[in-house]
Amino acid sequence: MRGKLAWAAVALGLIAPAAQAGKPDDTLNLAWSAQIENYDQYFNTVREGIVFAREIWDNLVDRDPRTGEYKPLLAKSYRWVDPLTLDFALRQGISFHDGTPFTATDVAYTLNWLADPANKVITQQNVSWIKSVEETGPFAVRIHLKAPFPAALEYLADILPIYPHDYYAKVGPQGMSRHPVGTGPYKVAAAEPGKSFTLLRNDAYFKESPKGRPAIGRIVQRSIAEMPTQIAELMTGSIDWIWQVPADQAEKLRQVPGVTVKSAETMRIGYVGFDAAGRSGATPVKDRRVREAIAHAIDRAAMVKNLVGGDSRVLDAACFPSQFGCTDEGVKRYAYDPALAKTLLAEAGYPNGFDIDIYAYRERPWAEAIIGYLRAVGIRAKLTYLQYAALRDKNWAGTTPLFYMTWGSNSINDVSAILGNFFTGSPDDFARDAQLKSWIETGDTAIDPAVRKANYRQALQRIAEEIYWLPMFSYVANYAFSADLDFSPDADEVPRFYAAHWK
Amino acid sequence: MLAFALKRLALALLVALTVSIISFSLLRLSGDLAQALAGPSATAADVEAVRKAYGLDQPLWVQYLAWARQALHGDLGTSFFFKEPVAAMIAARLPVTMTLGVSALLFALLVALPLGILAALKPNSWVDRLALTLSVVGQALPSFWFALMLMILFGLKLRWLPISGTASWKSFVMPAIALGYYGMPTFMRLTRAGMMEVLASDYIRTARAKGLRAPAILLKHALRNAIVPVVAVAAVQLGFFLGGSIVIESVFALHGVGYLGWESISRADFPVVQAIVLVLALFYIVLTLLADLLNAFLDPRIRVG
Repeated sequence: MRGKLAWAAVALGLIAPAAQAGKPDDTLNLAWSAQIENYDQYFNTVREGIVFAREIWDNLVDRDPRTGEYKPLLAKSYRWVDPLTLDFALRQGISFHDGTPFTATDVAYTLNWLADPANKVITQQNVSWIKSVEETGPFAVRIHLKAPFPAALEYLADILPIYPHDYYAKVGPQGMSRHPVGTGPYKVAAAEPGKSFTLLRNDAYFKESPKGRPAIGRIVQRSIAEMPTQIAELMTGSIDWIWQVPADQAEKLRQVPGVTVKSAETMRIGYVGFDAAGRSGATPVKDRRVREAIAHAIDRAAMVKNLVGGDSRVLDAACFPSQFGCTDEGVKRYAYDPALAKTLLAEAGYPNGFDIDIYAYRERPWAEAIIGYLRAVGIRAKLTYLQYAALRDKNWAGTTPLFYMTWGSNSINDVSAILGNFFTGSPDDFARDAQLKSWIETGDTAIDPAVRKANYRQALQRIAEEIYWLPMFSYVANYAFSADLDFSPDADEVPRFYAAHWK
Repeated sequence: MLAFALKRLALALLVALTVSIISFSLLRLSGDLAQALAGPSATAADVEAVRKAYGLDQPLWVQYLAWARQALHGDLGTSFFFKEPVAAMIAARLPVTMTLGVSALLFALLVALPLGILAALKPNSWVDRLALTLSVVGQALPSFWFALMLMILFGLKLRWLPISGTASWKSFVMPAIALGYYGMPTFMRLTRAGMMEVLASDYIRTARAKGLRAPAILLKHALRNAIVPVVAVAAVQLGFFLGGSIVIESVFALHGVGYLGWESISRADFPVVQAIVLVLALFYIVLTLLADLLNAFLDPRIRVG
């Protein structure tokens, strides 16, 4: 409704093409609706936190978003000594933004600090594989693993930026949030949590970095809650770049002169989660027949076509197809069949359906579509719509019988980042299936890729057979930005502004 | 006058006390506070340790007194979400909300007073009809819709005003209009009714008979009496603007207290919600008290009655 007003104005020719925006003063103005509560990458849970981190900090290695190849970043080279030992030789001559030189101490300190559970890094899955890190020289470190963990490089490349030892030891997560300091292509001029940040190009950025040297001089971000406001700002040229534009609005934005729209499928998948283990008490979804009924009740293909749009596809396996170990081979499929759904409900003892609470935290209209499908077979689901952090806490407390949620795997191109997080007994695990857990753990730790794949395949088949999750579809990110800007989105849903430049 | 003032003050303090108790209960009723503070991965022993450390094992009234003492010293707790002191967060955002509220009030008064006076002078004329139409529309328009219309006209088409943010005073023009327009009709109707009543009274007829000029009668004798209810409502309305700016702040991306409150509710960030309820309620109480005192000062009948 609200978006339509703006479009009506466009259609009436009321709005002139976007004016010259950030290009003349070399400032890229970004807006998004998310709020980063803490700029310390290890203490926020929003996707935009990763986006920010990539600009400010560097990791040991970088994964080329197009080829998937690992390239040394702060490291000069790396070598697996054995399945439990990973050696890194580090680059010399790199400095943090505050001028302190980068050395092995910074790497060892950062990773050891993260691996200590007492420091309460939010996503423990990201660091729990690290046993300890030792300095083997002024520019050499050795990582000891608790157990073989073949996806280690993926994690190091994606979500483990290296912090300056002296500074972080002094200021801690809150201080790092207020004045972030890293080695990355941009340095922070101002950072207000939840509100805005300003970045300046790091002219001293090392030229050997596979990230490349940044081109744009200044980046200014603002959190703008409402999408219509973001679109209006983009059209007037006060904002140069927005993302997560809903499919219908993206289509219309394509017709606006001076604005470029690009879409890319992302690693994020949507799923309906069930409390199959009965953590929330005696809930109907404990019964597999009820879960199967729900699986047959929802027309995922229609949702992809009409709501998600773009390159999105229906998924049957609980992972994103490009991830290592992800396969839908032998994975049970549940076609849209409301009549069958009603039969199954009757068999389960609910001929007249039942009432249930459903939880969601984004894409409310999609959650409402799911509720509509459920209602058609007699299930009366009541929506509780929360912010992510609030819903995550409810999940962890085990009080949510049914939920529509999404997972972007922290952009990690390996199924351990999704299965390992949800089905190995963590507070997010609503299956509590010991056999499933052991397959996944074998997959996470085996060295032989064939063994990993075989175990993950069994796990994915089990999840589908038992319907612990109903995987829905992949997400598509729609980006809209000034036609002056040369920007390419990547499938890992991490916009790289250091690689963007003005035309 | 003094007795009246003291009575009002006592009443205000009583209301403040009640509000503080409600605000205090908000956090306690939201669930197990010790569990929330310890974090979801905490063990039962961690939770107990936190419970002791924060005095959550004490009787409720002891906890309330401790909390009230801290609140009086400006310590409103720490946000679950931002991990920052709540008082500092509110202080940083209050200027935005205050600027918005006061400009909305000014806008509403600047439009409502002249229109109300004109309408009272010429009842049932086209001015009166226009004023009536404006006020009906003002009460009926959903504020987000009106805000977006303003945005399209002044932001996108004419390019006169910035669409969002707080970069300059210009950023507040549209939000103030959008917010103030909703309160404007009340002022106008009050001014019109007050003026009509006063203009029909004996002393105005006497003033006219004495040969005073019309503008002098209107502004010096009539308006001063007619405006009394407007003053009272203006103070209450300002409180309403401060607390009710949630939608406007969100649409125009103003990071003020209203928006913070709204976001904090959906994030279950109760220390922030609690503090905002308390702060806004206190504003409301102080403004109402001021309005009462000002009214009594302007109209002797109130302080005697």
